[in-house]
Amino acid sequence: MTLALRLENLSKTFAVGKPLIGPPKAHVRAVRPLSLEVAEGETLGIVGESGCGKSTLARMLVGLIPPSTGSIEIEGKALDNADPAAFGKLIQYVFQDPISSLNPRKPIRKILEVPLKRLHGMPAAERDKRIREIFDSVNLREEFLDRYPHEFSGGQAQRIGIARGLAANARILVLDEPVSALDVSVQAQVLNLLARLKAEYGLTYLFISHDLAVVEAVSDRVAVMYFGAVVEVGRADRVFAAPRHPYTNLLAGSAPVVGRPLTPPEAKGTELPDPLNPPPGCAFAARCPRASDICRKEDPALTKMGEDQFAACHHPLDP
Amino acid sequence: MMQFLRLLARNQLALVGGVVLAFVVILSVLTPVLPLQAPDVTNTADRFLPPFSEGHLLGTDHLGRDLLSRLLWGTRLSLAVGFCAAVAAAVIGSTIGIVAGYFGGRTDNIIMRLVDMLMAFPYILLALAIVAALGPGLLNALIAVAAVNVPFFARNIRGITVGIAHKEFVDAAKLAGMGHGRILVSEILPNVVPVIVIAMSTTIGWMILETAGLSFLGLGSQPPQADLGSMLGEARSALITNPHTSVVPGVMIFLIVMSINLLGDGVRDALDPRLRSGALTRPRPATMVARKDTPPKGPGRGVLDVVDLETQFHVGKRVYRAVNQVNLTIAPGECLGVIGESGSGKSVTALSVMGLVASPPGVITGGAVFHEGKDLVGARYETLRKLRGDKVAYIFQDPLATLHPLMKVGDQLAEAISVHHKVGRAELRKRAIELLKSVRIPNAESRADSYPHEMSGGMRQRVSIAMALANEPEVIIADEPTTALDVTVQAQVLSLLDDLRRERGVAILFITHDFGVVAQLCDRVAVMYAGRIVEEGTTDEILARPAHPYTKRLMECVPELGEGRRELAAIPGLPPAVDKLPPGCAFAPRCHKAREECSAAPVELKKDGTRGVRCLYPEADVVEVTA
Repeated sequence: MTLALRLENLSKTFAVGKPLIGPPKAHVRAVRPLSLEVAEGETLGIVGESGCGKSTLARMLVGLIPPSTGSIEIEGKALDNADPAAFGKLIQYVFQDPISSLNPRKPIRKILEVPLKRLHGMPAAERDKRIREIFDSVNLREEFLDRYPHEFSGGQAQRIGIARGLAANARILVLDEPVSALDVSVQAQVLNLLARLKAEYGLTYLFISHDLAVVEAVSDRVAVMYFGAVVEVGRADRVFAAPRHPYTNLLAGSAPVVGRPLTPPEAKGTELPDPLNPPPGCAFAARCPRASDICRKEDPALTKMGEDQFAACHHPLDP
Repeated sequence: MMQFLRLLARNQLALVGGVVLAFVVILSVLTPVLPLQAPDVTNTADRFLPPFSEGHLLGTDHLGRDLLSRLLWGTRLSLAVGFCAAVAAAVIGSTIGIVAGYFGGRTDNIIMRLVDMLMAFPYILLALAIVAALGPGLLNALIAVAAVNVPFFARNIRGITVGIAHKEFVDAAKLAGMGHGRILVSEILPNVVPVIVIAMSTTIGWMILETAGLSFLGLGSQPPQADLGSMLGEARSALITNPHTSVVPGVMIFLIVMSINLLGDGVRDALDPRLRSGALTRPRPATMVARKDTPPKGPGRGVLDVVDLETQFHVGKRVYRAVNQVNLTIAPGECLGVIGESGSGKSVTALSVMGLVASPPGVITGGAVFHEGKDLVGARYETLRKLRGDKVAYIFQDPLATLHPLMKVGDQLAEAISVHHKVGRAELRKRAIELLKSVRIPNAESRADSYPHEMSGGMRQRVSIAMALANEPEVIIADEPTTALDVTVQAQVLSLLDDLRRERGVAILFITHDFGVVAQLCDRVAVMYAGRIVEEGTTDEILARPAHPYTKRLMECVPELGEGRRELAAIPGLPPAVDKLPPGCAFAPRCHKAREECSAAPVELKKDGTRGVRCLYPEADVVEVTA
């Protein structure tokens, strides 16, 4: 197994209320130090609720924001400066909102040309050929190339976004909620396209979403994030079926499923932890039915539980 | 471009301004070739000749110079100086603004504080100081006027740039290997140019006036060179005895500035994208009603009956048939789900009930909505207003957008009650807290004094639900109330809604795109596609045996937790645009079972009890039910 991506102790702390001169008033730890490995050709799903740090993680991975600590290694080479152009050839990003990720005043051809020109310095004739190739591979007709973004539906625009990621010729794609802005009938089209492209070009995906069912359907492994940390990682078919971390269990129990009666999955009126004033122990302790004293004092580390499942919990659930 | 010119021409004042300005500009361009007398040759024998004298159409000034010639040469100079000043201010100011807005942080802070310092001086004082430092002269006046106007552009453009710099396409450009310089020029600039043009068109007249002001004070153009300001200045001493010497340049200044301002306003309005969609016109308090046929007679069976409802959007010549012959009935305590994709008309149906569709462009063109035997479509606004929030309440998708950001949530709840009922202050507060408790907000007493931004998304949506419950409504219309929420919060909000309808007998019209949510909450479901109901029935029946191919295939598209990794079923193609609906079944072009007759004529909704399906070839096992 060759590693496509290795993260070590990657973390991000944002300063809050920064005055013109002097130290900031407070810090928010958007991503707490985390280490992850993604194998080549794998799809790693990353799930979590809003504010869990999954988008911050994604933006660090492609160099849009510099990490506070830790390192990113792509195909064995360390990338230590946050320069999107240096990252661009190795790892690309597909945005959540397909329309707003395309410049409204540029025709599609111009948008797709940029990575070929800037990252690979391709001459014009070759560029034209490559753009047509890529456009065809995302199932879009060539005449669309000279249209402007507002003329496309969400599903089509998202395919253009994917085409832009492919144009950079990166082997790893970070897909940040790529289908959550789309209608279900179109969502399936885009997901199937992603699966085909992956097989065709031997890509590695990091698939970020809040939709557990979608993540389960497309991923090999899944990492569950809560409050800036990975609380559980494991095989996609095991993580939700036999969760070890109570939070994963709560997530899986909350997803609306046809045929499951409507019961509130947790005690009413639970409050989420305050990022400006994080609790000392496990961040989930306040919502956790299994929490004990040690949970409120000590933050559990990610430990191996079962064959290839890891969870950060003092009192894991039985498989 | 053509659209821009058409919009501009529709504004008659702008058109007048444009014509006058074009005339003045053409005259001043042609000045060197016109058969004019030399503007600077003095002839003291002919001083102060009145207008229409022989050889001097507009008369002469105090040195006997021909006023017509001086006026045209002066106009030429004033226009040129004003235009140059505007361009210079726009270029420098916009550059500062774009750089500050794009880089943000400390760069932004320092640049903008410097701009603020420049703005702290009264502009005329600043201009005088600059001219005093550089010495009088037309070029220096130009520099002063440009410098004084730089902050205006810098601040305007910075604001716009901040918004654009955080758009995702800018991030995408970074990832595509573009440097900061390229991003500024090719990504940001094209998006701020319209704003720069608007700002220029509204300030250029002002700058001509300022230049004239400096020349009037003797700090701009130096004698004998004429510009409009200096002409006025020289005529000042003869204002009473020979008024024509000041009236002539005065009228010209008025014409120029007025025409530029009228045209500038026109340009601004024409470039404003909101104007194109008609958003600048204030929406009416209730949706316009223009029913062609006589409305159907009620009353229906339920607490709320929607009968043959048709809502359309009229934009220009296009007609969007958003809701087309929709029938719905809700009984007390029942939860009816309306499911569909974006553009299926589910939200417009919900908004039409209480006349909340924005008009223009929305028009209800047919059908009726009955509540307690009364038709709400076409009811007087006063009747609708009394019912809104009292008998029929709404919950929307984004609670942050529906709650007032500057009001404490307790006060908002109290307001919702006091609009419909006369209740004392103490009682209002008590009821607000009770409502917060009923939606299970912890520490309701202290939470009542919170502002919406201090609460989490789930808390805010509970406040919206409390607000909907404030007057014990009979019907709650919930438009995707959990779509913006996290799954764990969604589960809580759904079970809260379920409890409420069981405990209080509230009927819920639940709009959603999520089959899982429908399955858990709703008794009956109506599936909408392209403005029509294509299938309806009890939730269990529809989920177990969908009859319409669209319903069946839509359900197959939705991945469900616990099925493992797999290829997902997809429906090829896109939903049709509702301004170009096919004559027959709207789903036919995407349907694998479609035959010729499907597209030929409209398909009827065949009903059997609660079950109904709009399909000629429904899925096999339900044919008996619908036949």
